[in-house]
Amino acid sequence: MTEVLALENITKTFGTLTANDDVTLHLAKGEILALLGENGAGKTTLMNILFGHYSADAGEVRVFGAVLPSGKPRAAIDAGVGMVHQHFTLAANLTVLENVILGSEPLLRLRSSREAARAKLMTISQRFGLPVDPDARISRLSVGERQRVEILKALYRDARILILDEPTAVLARPEAMQLFETLRDMAKSGLSVIFISHKLHEVMAGSDRVAVLRGGRMVAERRTQDTSPDELAELMVGRKVERPRRQDHKIGAPVLQAEGVRVTDGDAIRLNDVSFTVHAGEILGIVGVSGNGQADLGALLAGLTTPATGRLTLDGIDVAGFGPRGLISAGAARVPEDRHSEGAIGEMSVWENATLERLRTPRFSTSGFVRRSKARAYAAELIKRFDVRGATPETRIRLLSGGNMQKLILGRSLATPPKFLLANQPTRGLDEGAIAAVHTELLAARAQGAAILLISEELDEAVGLADRIQAIVNGRLSQSVSADEADPRRLGLMMAGVWETDDAA
Amino acid sequence: MQLERRTDVPLRLVVSAPLAAVLAALVLAAGLIAAAGVNPLSAYAAMLKGALGSRLSVTELLTRATPLILTGLAAAVAFRARLWNIGGEGQFYLGALATAWVGHTLMLPGLLGIPVLMVCGMAAGAVLLAGPAYLRLRFGVDEVVTTLLLNFIIILFVGLMIEGPLRDPLAFGWPQSVPVDGDFRLPDLVPRTRLHIGLLFAIAAAATVWLVLSRTVFGIETRATGLNPKAAAFAGISLPRTIMGVALLSGALAGLAGSVEVLGVTGGVTTTMSPGFGYAGIVVAMLAALHPVGVVAAALFVAGVFVGADAMSRATGVPSFIADVIVALSLLTMLVALLFTSYRIRR
Repeated sequence: MTEVLALENITKTFGTLTANDDVTLHLAKGEILALLGENGAGKTTLMNILFGHYSADAGEVRVFGAVLPSGKPRAAIDAGVGMVHQHFTLAANLTVLENVILGSEPLLRLRSSREAARAKLMTISQRFGLPVDPDARISRLSVGERQRVEILKALYRDARILILDEPTAVLARPEAMQLFETLRDMAKSGLSVIFISHKLHEVMAGSDRVAVLRGGRMVAERRTQDTSPDELAELMVGRKVERPRRQDHKIGAPVLQAEGVRVTDGDAIRLNDVSFTVHAGEILGIVGVSGNGQADLGALLAGLTTPATGRLTLDGIDVAGFGPRGLISAGAARVPEDRHSEGAIGEMSVWENATLERLRTPRFSTSGFVRRSKARAYAAELIKRFDVRGATPETRIRLLSGGNMQKLILGRSLATPPKFLLANQPTRGLDEGAIAAVHTELLAARAQGAAILLISEELDEAVGLADRIQAIVNGRLSQSVSADEADPRRLGLMMAGVWETDDAA
Repeated sequence: MQLERRTDVPLRLVVSAPLAAVLAALVLAAGLIAAAGVNPLSAYAAMLKGALGSRLSVTELLTRATPLILTGLAAAVAFRARLWNIGGEGQFYLGALATAWVGHTLMLPGLLGIPVLMVCGMAAGAVLLAGPAYLRLRFGVDEVVTTLLLNFIIILFVGLMIEGPLRDPLAFGWPQSVPVDGDFRLPDLVPRTRLHIGLLFAIAAAATVWLVLSRTVFGIETRATGLNPKAAAFAGISLPRTIMGVALLSGALAGLAGSVEVLGVTGGVTTTMSPGFGYAGIVVAMLAALHPVGVVAAALFVAGVFVGADAMSRATGVPSFIADVIVALSLLTMLVALLFTSYRIRR
């Protein structure tokens, strides 16, 4: 096999941090290489060096045998390297075609050769099996379709080596699986692909070869067929990581109950006739394909929306319309779906984030003035108790890694043992070590008698933690099944909306 | 080459950013001064002398800085919560008008009357900003547009009032409102100058705003709402309450500026009493990076430019409009400087 890309002895430091330490990587024609590593292992830095966003302190990059001048993205593009970033770089108000040709046509030209560009785009689209409507506006496309446009953009610029940074971070599972099929087809037709990931099942499903980065070093390379998820997890984390599993114990009385809850948004019905009960010491898992009402269920239980009809009770008290603070003082705790947009305020300090939702309680303020030393001490306590690394009470929270930020959010929710905990996608985007830590905390809260509602798109997570599982489809909940009866086939059917209704006819 | 977010912003950078911005603005304005046929260095020397050269010029500078501190605080408070109050000018005038009106008819001893009149000015400014804030919260109307346009409406309204019911009959047809009662005039801080004790009120206001923003629940909630409204809502902070509270505070500060200017300097209202104090307050707030204590320093700078430019104009013949140019340029350079305090360039 011919080698198309070589990274030789790349070293890159940022201040005192060594992001890449003597990393060597080779890629062959028609190969799909997975670059696996935890957050902060140096994957993205390495790819940014390849693509010319950063220049390496030492080492060289060769594309098709020729050394690439460092620090010049243009040179990488011209050499046939295309990059699809995790966060898309598309102009939402332009069409697909306009986005594709943007930046690849000369600036000073009165008429752009639209027709030629369109023909080229359609040829590529057919050849690689990436159907698109060239005249659709980006803002109307789904995330999966947008990603397709990003890939087409790279291919339009004659990329023969495609780099995808965490390509599935924004995709639902079926979309992700489809993406890997597409990548396979592309590799068969001679393209070479590197994708960056920290998700083991994706790496196993989508790659020919795996390179594992840890702490900036290349620690292992395996052919995908010769390795296993367990081995990769261990290589990636550097020690054996096992996600904790739920132990059977006696569950208690009902804590949170929803009966026939309907949530509307204008004319649209977001949640329809939703009923469930979470008992003390129980985790109820809500699974489903993303976009089926999980966000609305999360908003309802976070106190952000009020049901139009139906009852929502916490310990027998009707808490519909209580709002976030009312819910918290009634004994609820909430972990939001998106920690960056809802869970934390990046520019504020750890102590402010830790106390924000309880700032008006006597513990943290007297007559409108914040008790700063109390608040700081509380934050320090959370940092210690929940093992939030790299944080002091004064650290701005955006500087924390996703896992540590999540530990802090979980910590502020669990520090005062809640009666009810909403955990909405609590491990999304986290690496294995952090996932295990979050799971341990959730199970500890369960053992202490908290009633937990876990909304998750990861079936493994739901099955591993939850006592009972309900599926959410189109704003409706299925009957619950106990976790022991929840085999993947049955859950798959439930998530597709097929469930036995036991009508008491 | 690309911009990269700084992980931490050292204090020296925070402090040097406005200084660098001002320096850059002066360098840019030097080009225009040279184009007017004057040596920029001698022009700036004249300006410095005009602003700080004598007891009179220093007191004049401080007199000018007084309303600027208050309008600067008004803008800083609002901008922190991402409430874009561009209406400081209108709130200034309405505060001034309310003060003059009530101050002409009020029957109270001076010591009692002064605080009452200030509250009147504050209330007028607060009410004026509450309207746009309500429209934004209820209907999503952009407050930049409403507050900006209200400035013109209010100035025309002031014109209407001082040509009509509030016309001063002793002003020989000069468009000026009735004056406030002499008892209510603010005492001088330095005898035989225009400097009055309003300066102390302005400084006290800066200290109070600093205390409120940094030490109270309201201050933290304001900042949270400005930085990330969604997360603030998740934490149970009411957006309407916070925005409305900020609007009342901001409007009150700008109204107070108008009130203090009437009580301390002009005595009555004219449609030309403000050389753009409300608008300059925006520059002051930005130069201060929205920090209440920085507002005092920034207001002194902007006042210095205005006072100094008049002297420079007399000495060198460069039009005093150069002051507006320098102030406006320093807003632009400050925006660039702010970018470089939170980002660095990486190659």
